[in-house]
Amino acid sequence: MKEKLYSSIFYTLNIRTFASFFEQIHSMITEFAKRFAITALIILGGVSFVVAQTEGHGEVDDHTHDAHGTHDAHSTHDAHDEGHNSLDDGEHGDFVAKDFIIPHIADANEIHFFGDHHNGFSLPLPMIFYVEGKGLDLFMSSEFHGSHATVTATGPNTGTVYIKHPDTGITSEGGESFYDISITKSVFGMMFIMTLLVIMLRSMARSYSKHPGKAPKGLTNVLEPLVLFVRNDIAVPIIGKHKAGKFLPFLLTTFFFIVASNLLGLIPFIGGFNITGTIGVTVVLAFAVFFISTVNGNKNYWGHLFWPPGVPNLVKLLVVPIEVFGMFLKPTVLMIRLTANMTAGHIIILSFVSLVFIFNQNYGEIAGYGMGVFSTLFMIFMYFLELLVAFLQAYVFTLLAAIYFADATQEAHH
Amino acid sequence: MELMTILFEITTGHGLAALGAGVAAIGAGIGVGLIGKAALESMARQPESSDDLRANMILAAALVEGVALFGIIICLLVVLG
Repeated sequence: MKEKLYSSIFYTLNIRTFASFFEQIHSMITEFAKRFAITALIILGGVSFVVAQTEGHGEVDDHTHDAHGTHDAHSTHDAHDEGHNSLDDGEHGDFVAKDFIIPHIADANEIHFFGDHHNGFSLPLPMIFYVEGKGLDLFMSSEFHGSHATVTATGPNTGTVYIKHPDTGITSEGGESFYDISITKSVFGMMFIMTLLVIMLRSMARSYSKHPGKAPKGLTNVLEPLVLFVRNDIAVPIIGKHKAGKFLPFLLTTFFFIVASNLLGLIPFIGGFNITGTIGVTVVLAFAVFFISTVNGNKNYWGHLFWPPGVPNLVKLLVVPIEVFGMFLKPTVLMIRLTANMTAGHIIILSFVSLVFIFNQNYGEIAGYGMGVFSTLFMIFMYFLELLVAFLQAYVFTLLAAIYFADATQEAHH
Repeated sequence: MELMTILFEITTGHGLAALGAGVAAIGAGIGVGLIGKAALESMARQPESSDDLRANMILAAALVEGVALFGIIICLLVVLG
């Protein structure tokens, strides 16, 4: 009898704990999902503008490079084709690693799947130009025609002739200025990720309200540990229990956005997205962190910045400029760390691909085959390392963002 | 004499950038190595604080790595620019 009573009490207690736990998670995720769309839209808007402004030129495969003898290695490659643009006319057939690697990590106006210019397959993306006083031009990037490195297209609305060159980017024939707000590869990838995440997280939030108090199933099971990880291991211990809720939606958004974009870049054969390796994307992410920590900065934060307590007046002359400089340096480092890490991963994997061609060209076919085996093994290793880095960089970005928010909101304790 | 030739070749081309990448890697290697060493020692002494130490270890490693990546970025700019 006693045992039964105990067990029933224990049971109800347990259910109650679980129910409150799930209620908590549910409200947290609903709030997150609500704000995610808004944050995502803001990031996307800023990013597409920056990206399109700065890096709106893509790869143009004008000459086909006939790779000889190493076709076995290709089947093990990732998304990257064997074609490359040898822009210097004197170097026909010579493999230049730089010309192979750079177009693959740069942003592009098309999603390149495989092959070269003539028999390859790539998905054209919309080009959007705004010419001041003339209007908006909208056409697909497959409109660009030309036999050499330079390709041209005529805007259907304004009649402006756009010239695309791998070195100079996109210019107009008459030299008139225009705004390039095209949907580039990175922008397309981000739109894809955001749609996917919004759908996934909405359905996750819905499943909590539909089955309150039940153990999660399926996709929710995968995402819940990540959400709880960001809350319990990043936000709450660093920012503090009471203030963490305010910053949690942003931290979760950045975490999931960075993880998803990093992982999208690692999927082979779908065009080699390098979203977080594009500087425009990380600029906006880092600016968001800077903006939030500056807006939320309390008296204590600004006090420590401009008038550090307990520091002799003469030393203040030295410390204050450094502190103010550091305020701007922090988001800059945040930005460069993410970009450089992701780009470096892509470059290393592509370098192993390039090694096959270099050995094949310089030391003969057998060396090429040997290098193919060696490269493949190292590439597999690098892929696993990059999987780790994809999560680690998202963790580091979120962790540092949380630390900056905590700095900005902490109370005086001495 | 041969060393001089090699050094001359390095300084005239973009080789100096490659050398810089190597130096940046040395710096990051020493830094991350020291962090790992200290973290492992602390974890061995106080296994109960492993979780806390691990987070801080990754944070410190990320900060060191950030500096190294500055060097790598500059090397990249030299080679590509």
